[in-house]
Amino acid sequence: MTLHKAVHRKLDIVNGRVDMSHGAGGRAMGQLIADIFHAALDNPLLRQANDQAAFDVPGGRMAMTTDGYVVWPLFFPGGDIGSLSVHGTINDLAMAGAKPLYLSASFIIEEGFPLADLERIARSMGEASRRAGVPVVTGDTKVVERGKADGVFISTAGVGLIPPGLNLSGDLARPGDVVLVSGTIGDHGVAVMSKRDNLEFETEILSDSAALHELTAAMVVAADGGLKLMRDPTRGGLAATLNEIAHQSKVGVRIKEAAIPIRPQVAAACELLGLDPLNVANEGKLVAVVEQGKAQAVLDTMKAHPLGGDAAIIGEIIADDHHFVQMVTVFGGGRMVDWLAGEQLPRIC
Amino acid sequence: MKHVDEYRDGDLAKAIAATIAAEAVRPSYRFMEFCGGHTHAIARYGIEDLLPPSIRMIHGPGCPVCVLPIGRIDEAIALVKTHPEVTLCTYADLMRVPASKGQSLLRAKADGADIRMVYSTLDAIEIAKAEPNRHVVFMAIGFETTTPPTAMAVRMAEKLGLTNFSILCNHVLTPSAIGAILDTDADGVKLDGFVGPAHVSVVIGTDPYKPYAQKYQKPVVVTGFEPLDVLQAVLMLVRQVNQGRHQVENQYMRAVTSAGNVKAQKEVGALFELRESFEWRGLGSIPYSALKLRKEFERFDAERRFGVTPVSASDNPACECGIILRGLKRPADCRLFGTACTPDTPMGSCMVSSEGACAAHWTYGRFRQLEQAS
Repeated sequence: MTLHKAVHRKLDIVNGRVDMSHGAGGRAMGQLIADIFHAALDNPLLRQANDQAAFDVPGGRMAMTTDGYVVWPLFFPGGDIGSLSVHGTINDLAMAGAKPLYLSASFIIEEGFPLADLERIARSMGEASRRAGVPVVTGDTKVVERGKADGVFISTAGVGLIPPGLNLSGDLARPGDVVLVSGTIGDHGVAVMSKRDNLEFETEILSDSAALHELTAAMVVAADGGLKLMRDPTRGGLAATLNEIAHQSKVGVRIKEAAIPIRPQVAAACELLGLDPLNVANEGKLVAVVEQGKAQAVLDTMKAHPLGGDAAIIGEIIADDHHFVQMVTVFGGGRMVDWLAGEQLPRIC
Repeated sequence: MKHVDEYRDGDLAKAIAATIAAEAVRPSYRFMEFCGGHTHAIARYGIEDLLPPSIRMIHGPGCPVCVLPIGRIDEAIALVKTHPEVTLCTYADLMRVPASKGQSLLRAKADGADIRMVYSTLDAIEIAKAEPNRHVVFMAIGFETTTPPTAMAVRMAEKLGLTNFSILCNHVLTPSAIGAILDTDADGVKLDGFVGPAHVSVVIGTDPYKPYAQKYQKPVVVTGFEPLDVLQAVLMLVRQVNQGRHQVENQYMRAVTSAGNVKAQKEVGALFELRESFEWRGLGSIPYSALKLRKEFERFDAERRFGVTPVSASDNPACECGIILRGLKRPADCRLFGTACTPDTPMGSCMVSSEGACAAHWTYGRFRQLEQAS
């Protein structure tokens, strides 16, 4: 028996409307981006579909990225929308191996939003950017009528410099390469979830929101040319990231469930809520694909860094024309790890 | 995680799997796991990899969203679209179930209908309390497990004197469905036994399965949703078949008694009565297989309150959910599977919930087709 290829159903542009699954990081969002944005804005850099664009400029190579933040609630254990908007954009640059240089920030604020909250968010952004050594150098502010936004939405953009000779991209994974993750998965999603109005539960889990550029810089050095790609598994979680890598690189991925680091509290919360931690968002973790011979050196370097203490090798890249992500379960059976259909946790970033 | 990891122990699994392989001496065993929870566990933990090829697990109809007929979703969409004051609350799984004409609750929501996902019936009550100008309709679905929470919500609405809360009741009954499957099984797959429901049995107990086990001479093993539970239940079924027994056995003794949760049963009985007939997606109309609110609670019954007219809608003719739910075909045998019908673009209900046979196979198991081919 062979597997049939899924029919690519075009978006119904005439009658269709955006629904929540179009923002959830799964296939529906991929289709929205491909059929509307890529179709309208097509160019070679955009087509690479990385979290940032990397391009040559006189005197070097640069990375550029942008990201919008609509997380709810605005303040959550371990972070808030302000620090998140700094970390997220720094991380998108860092995943290309870039040294982040400058950020911009754009605010869309709803009429009636408390100034005290706005100040708290701005201070948190300032603190995060100073700690990371990446200043916010320009910005924009818009206020919309009550009901036209939900509190505050933040959009940040960033530019960075890529070290000479370094080329990391989602399409560079090859069979035999090793897959690493920098720490426990699912912390951010569960921390945000625990503060939802209708779900509040007691947990000590903090969001893992953090800037990863120092960790990635150390990894680039340790890999000594053996680093293929890095990606931060935010919306859609580890499952979405591994599937993206499989599709971009046209390979398969095989991981071991028992090797994936996860906090017992996160596992318990997911169990209770019926979530798969592989689909839950992270904001301070990365997935790296490394040549086999360099994997141990990279792992050792990650473990020595404060943001990579729980790093682990979780699997390998395999040849697979279907680009499946497969997992050996803790139970000893096999299963696929797929993109999540529809949405699991709305507005986690 | 204590009290969970113990039931997912890989070494214990290997030991049970070895015993099953040694004892499964017949050429073929066909067991139906009735519940979607078991279907999900089998797929998620790769349990089929631990069973010998002679044992085939058939995924039954015990997935609430899978058996809800398309017409009921159409009715809910029509209700919320024709009554601007209505807020429809529903469990998340139901949002993406395809209705007629490419509609779904998710699309209706995007079109502007006030449809909200809730995690529990009490969330719906909270909305009704907080927004007295809205009329909250809770789309109640599920088997015996989710009926008591619906009953509790109606009781709370009564106690709080809420006049802006009602339910659209789609609660269905497990034993009726088992009977319907067995009635048609003579010309069907010829099942050798059932993996009996877990949470449903916590509520109804094991006694209700006894008449079916006796009448149709099929063993039933009630078991939990953890993977070791399922493996052990399969072993118990193999042993019953080998010994020619057809009893109701309880592997899930840590949660299930023979009488079940009598208090919950009484409360459900106080509020609900049997419908004469209810349509099940894939199984057709089954007499006395579903519940509706009793007359004395009709003010909480959205069907009566809004004069909901029954909509009869048919599935896509190429969709084989019904045949798959009865075990006559496997998901991959359907022409739509994985082509026109995927979890992102479900045509049939089995592709919607992760407990559905098709979605479970697509999401977790479709690489197995490749292994079988090679």
